[in-house]
Amino acid sequence: MLNLLTNNLFLFDPLALFFLAVIFIVSLPSIVYSFSYLKGEYSTAKILLAQVLLLAFVLSMALVVSVSNCLIFLIFWEIMSLVSYFLVVFDTKQAKSIQAGLIYIVMTHIGTAFIIAAFMILHNYAHSFDFFAIKNACQAMPSQTKDIVFLLFLIGFGTKAGIVPLHIWLPYAHPQASSHISSIMSGVMIKTAIYGIIRFVMFILGVNSSWWGILVLILAVISCLVGVIYALMEHDIKRLLAYHSVENIGIILLGVGLAMFFTSLGLPYLAVFSLIAGLYHLINHAIFKGLLFLCAGSVYKATGTRDIEKLGGLIKKMPQTAAYFLLGAMAISALPPLNGFVSEWLTLQAFFLGAFNVIGGNKLFLGICAAMLALTSGLAAACFVKAFGVTFLAKPRSHYAESAKEVALPMRIGMLILAVLIVIFGLAAALIIKLLARVSGSTLGIDISSMTFSLNNFTLAPQTARNIYLSTPTLALWLLIFGIVGFVIYRIFGRGKSVIYKTWDCGYYKLDSRNEYTATAFSKPFRVAFSFFLLPYRKTQKIRESFYHIKSFSYETHTTKVFKKYIYDPVLAIVFKTAKAMRRIQLGSIHLYLGYIFITLLLLIIFIGQF
Amino acid sequence: MMIILQIILFILTAPLLSGLITKIKNNLRMRKGQSIIQPYYNLVKLFSKDEVISETASWIFRVTPFIVLSSTLAAAILIPVFIFASSAHHMGDFLALIFIFALGRFFLALSALDTGSSFGGMGASREMFISSLVEPALCMVIFAISLQFSSTDISAFSGMHAITVSSVVAAIALFLIVIAETSRIPIDNQETHLELTMVHEAMVLEYSGRSLALIEMASYIKQMIFFFLIAQLIFPIGGLPLGNFVQMLLWVLWCITRVVIIAITVALVEVSVAKMRLFRVADFLGFAFVLGVIATVCAILGV
Repeated sequence: MLNLLTNNLFLFDPLALFFLAVIFIVSLPSIVYSFSYLKGEYSTAKILLAQVLLLAFVLSMALVVSVSNCLIFLIFWEIMSLVSYFLVVFDTKQAKSIQAGLIYIVMTHIGTAFIIAAFMILHNYAHSFDFFAIKNACQAMPSQTKDIVFLLFLIGFGTKAGIVPLHIWLPYAHPQASSHISSIMSGVMIKTAIYGIIRFVMFILGVNSSWWGILVLILAVISCLVGVIYALMEHDIKRLLAYHSVENIGIILLGVGLAMFFTSLGLPYLAVFSLIAGLYHLINHAIFKGLLFLCAGSVYKATGTRDIEKLGGLIKKMPQTAAYFLLGAMAISALPPLNGFVSEWLTLQAFFLGAFNVIGGNKLFLGICAAMLALTSGLAAACFVKAFGVTFLAKPRSHYAESAKEVALPMRIGMLILAVLIVIFGLAAALIIKLLARVSGSTLGIDISSMTFSLNNFTLAPQTARNIYLSTPTLALWLLIFGIVGFVIYRIFGRGKSVIYKTWDCGYYKLDSRNEYTATAFSKPFRVAFSFFLLPYRKTQKIRESFYHIKSFSYETHTTKVFKKYIYDPVLAIVFKTAKAMRRIQLGSIHLYLGYIFITLLLLIIFIGQF
Repeated sequence: MMIILQIILFILTAPLLSGLITKIKNNLRMRKGQSIIQPYYNLVKLFSKDEVISETASWIFRVTPFIVLSSTLAAAILIPVFIFASSAHHMGDFLALIFIFALGRFFLALSALDTGSSFGGMGASREMFISSLVEPALCMVIFAISLQFSSTDISAFSGMHAITVSSVVAAIALFLIVIAETSRIPIDNQETHLELTMVHEAMVLEYSGRSLALIEMASYIKQMIFFFLIAQLIFPIGGLPLGNFVQMLLWVLWCITRVVIIAITVALVEVSVAKMRLFRVADFLGFAFVLGVIATVCAILGV
């Protein structure tokens, strides 16, 4: 019928190779980790099944990014979704898993429906599913159609990527899967959606008008802020990390959206630079989020709880896991000289460089977006001070944390690999930027030979006259030197002794873990400052013995999930209402059902006859 | 060479600035006040005292003073004081400055949580709250400044001679930010040890002796860096004119005077306003952000 398989099925251009690299960099440590993580959790047969599913999952992702045919792409995309669904609901004993899986599979299929619709429109013009045939056909496509296809792709891939307000499934599905699966899902799987946006919107469709970029930028800024604000309110460590994925997808999309915006304005070199920033953050996020999920898994394995309010003091029980988590937290908070810093700096720089080259109100728009990115990174730092501080520092808050032990060697190796990568991707930034420039240039079809990237000097000739500088090795070196200077001053001038004694307790002499600051208390200022969005409510209950003596006092605080309450719940209500109404035609008679099938068939034949 | 000179200069003179502010504040309140070199005495005293480390604390608590000091010094070498371009300007730019400060703050907040004291937690929570609101405002100010030079390179900014409307507005915004960053009234109060009002002090409450000395040193230097930035915005001055001795002397004098002017302004603000409630900080820094936006608009209009 259709000549599906005429051309090459695979396309290994720099973009595909880059995504393959991302997939394998995160998947391999996770697979190493999984061997001892799964041990003791399930029966041997079930572990085998889990590993087979994991391999199928990794393989399907690899195939998604390397095929060159829309139909085959869709098949692997669907396999990826289904296998990851099975992995989410793997722990079938928990009702939560089933519910999380349901939300995930429904959302992901809504997304896929939009992607299919987009492909059908494209096929209508190209009469082929081959990427290059479609790319050629797209040049002759009317711009309104392009706009529609773009929106379909944005919603379809946006659902998978988890951009706000389509993020609803992420905080359910990611925490429910096993930790190494969460690390792959959050680190890699949601990136395949970014691949989709880059491949289909930028590479195949071609950016049409500047509102595309602006729309993506606005959605990205909203995702950043919503993700990080929800993360601040979260006490389940894995759900906290899942919300940070929403935030980081936003940061990646800032780079991608900027690239679209600059392409449409005719600033190709800036587009290349922005896409470099986006791709750099993409691989960085894959690495540090992968690491953080593995660490969260280790904490869960060692303590049996994911509630950080019940943890504490783990840095002494699990020193290595704590060190890895700290490194991941520093990277995600964009602290120099680690990798997250480089990519956030590049993204900010892309905004600034862009603003120097566009005119008028666009400058202000870019500036405010940049400021929102700065706000995001400030809030992320606050969130990770909370996450690391409450989980690992001070005294254990419960017996879960007290009895924790360092995890087994394969798990530590898995984490170590990613931790080393964080440092490498921070210090070898110049080299990686050079590689990414090639990916970005080939994707956008721009000759990048006039752009130079040396160790600390990026020149984007001919669009910026001045050079911009960043050298993480130099920065790391100076930080080290000054740290040593500080230590020398400390040793030489400091003549006093160091005495180990109790924490100052205002003469209370009974300071224990109940006096520690909790995660809820830590996030209180943020809850108040963002109350217009979080809509917090609290419930207090006093049980009195007499007028003067209160026997017990309970305090509860929650935030309202506005997207769920005001968007998803009403929609769901309508769906259920319609379903109830539809039930009237279901009378249980097989003859009637045969009649329905017959009528449907007739209608379809009439419908097809129209064409 | 210039870097070493600059670092030594920062370390030696930064405490003086704090002493000066305290002195002015005391005089304005009709008090005699401590000597202007009291911060130096304090540092010497702290270095010779024993240090108490909480038994709950981990290695985070021990390494934090070094990380805080080293990140502040790394920021200090990015600011060109003597010449157009700091010799370390290849290391990073204006934007890197935001992140370098974030490094020290991150660890300080962690160390505050490390001892298990509720004061520390309170301080860490408030500090991270304030700093996360500072960041967009600071980014906006940097944006407005860089628009004028089409570069985020600090050396371009240090070479500026003329003062524009945009840079004045940016300087006011930066002034508000500096009040928050250097824990001054109305955001924070360096003189208090009352749990309701402490922010920075609550964070470093468990530190004592030489560790505290290093942290204090770092906050003096941080203050100096920010004062330099404001001074450069509002009283722009070219690089050190080499050759003519009298000109060089005048340059150095003016360079010092302008920082002193900023210090006096800070002292005046501190004695004339009351401390704000924590949740009003959002409005205060929101105002700084709006000023940053206005500065950007001015820069776009070219004034």
